Amino acid sequence: MSPALGKDLLGLEPLSADDIRLILDTAEPFKEISERAIKKVPVLRGKTIVNLFFEASTRTRISFEFAEKRLSADTVNVATSASSVQKGETLVDTARNLEAMRIDMVVIRHGSSGAARFLAERIQSNVVNAGDGMHEHPTQGLLDLLTIRDHRPIAGCKVCIVGDVLHSRVARSNIWGLLKLGAEVAVCGPQSLLPLGVGALGVRVFRRVEEAIEWADVLNVLRLQLERMHAGYVPSLREYYRVFGVTRERLERAPRDLLILHPGPMNRGVEIDSRVADGPHSLILDQVTNGVAVRMAVLYLLAGGRPELAEAAKGGGER
Amino acid sequence: MPPEERQLILDDRALARTLHRMAQDILRQTPDPISLVLIGVQRRGVELAARLATEARTQSGIEVPRGAMDITLYRDDLEAVGPRPLVGPTHLPVDLSGRHAWIVDDVLFTGRTVRAALDELADFGRPARIGLAVLVDRGGRELPIQADVVGERVETGPRDRVEVFVKELDGRDAVEVVRGAKVGT
Repeated sequence: MSPALGKDLLGLEPLSADDIRLILDTAEPFKEISERAIKKVPVLRGKTIVNLFFEASTRTRISFEFAEKRLSADTVNVATSASSVQKGETLVDTARNLEAMRIDMVVIRHGSSGAARFLAERIQSNVVNAGDGMHEHPTQGLLDLLTIRDHRPIAGCKVCIVGDVLHSRVARSNIWGLLKLGAEVAVCGPQSLLPLGVGALGVRVFRRVEEAIEWADVLNVLRLQLERMHAGYVPSLREYYRVFGVTRERLERAPRDLLILHPGPMNRGVEIDSRVADGPHSLILDQVTNGVAVRMAVLYLLAGGRPELAEAAKGGGER
Repeated sequence: MPPEERQLILDDRALARTLHRMAQDILRQTPDPISLVLIGVQRRGVELAARLATEARTQSGIEVPRGAMDITLYRDDLEAVGPRPLVGPTHLPVDLSGRHAWIVDDVLFTGRTVRAALDELADFGRPARIGLAVLVDRGGRELPIQADVVGERVETGPRDRVEVFVKELDGRDAVEVVRGAKVGT
């Protein structure tokens, strides 16, 4: 029997539905650890984890760091603005040097799609993808699944991803994870921000946000990256809000209460109305709380799993 | 392969009598029963703690708080738990400080589970005293840990397996020993 997930977590696309369920089920008891007075368990004591962030990140980096510390791992943060990367060192050289210092895991955020896999194939440490280019952001996808699952069964749930799906690794991880667990998935946004051929994945496409709201049980509202406007994908932020903004007025016309997710950071008044973001059906802060639990589960599962030891340990019958 | 040799140690009535006596022993060893709290170790320890709490209430009239604890994250062999890594919930109903806490487990064997449970309890507070109550002590300790209250002592070899069944999870109450069980089955 192989370790629960293999060596690395690079995306949700390669995982089976059972793998994803295992991570979500494992995350459940980890939620409680963060509610304790002493928010720490010793399970990763002595493991060293490097957070290698080649792109700016606040939420994800801090969330990983909390997850690591609450499992008692030793952590080092490498921000590339203050590292040898500035001197031209390649990704592989950076990682090999870290590995020569005997680390156990690397959490990597990188602007290039495929960077996490590239690294995972070249070092022995476990690699966790914390977002690579426009490819995947698997732990965000998992925490979105966990947050939805807290409120309703994922199978059969109608989830619409609204906004800049084209450039979004969050959207990709969501689509893979949701489809594998049996949800119905749709995307909605300006045609210029939807990937060509997204329908071939079995994903419905809405051109108008009103139609999406009428159809969906859950909206996952993506951040409109402001640099997209300068690149000409959308005419103006005000125009975007007018046409695609998730506003209270639009939600009030929905046939049922929709759950609202947003991966952050939010542009209030661009993709989402403040009254929605702070409203009773917003799960945005639950997502952040669940993010720590999901990341604890992933690190725990990747660190475990030497089957030959398990056989020996099970022999005693002490359950 | 020869069929497994199964030996019944306790049937449902014997198990009920044993729990009755264990609850008596726990109350006798708890000078201030108001401070009592029973903490079951996942999984079957949780059910046993619930039964003991009911027994203790019948015998003393005191409502005994009970909790549940999963010690997986405190084990000293994480790398060995890989293929069955699901962690159960930990839930402690009261502040443990100053209380007389009892760890309740189904089988005491190497003592490593209890070692982990003691570590975990320490992260939840500082009980005035911690006791250990187990349904079956099967010997074979690898650590200097002994139980204060034992339901039944069973002589076993390292290849034997002690199986505890409870109605809530297994549909019946029983304790059985499987002699010479194949390792890992």
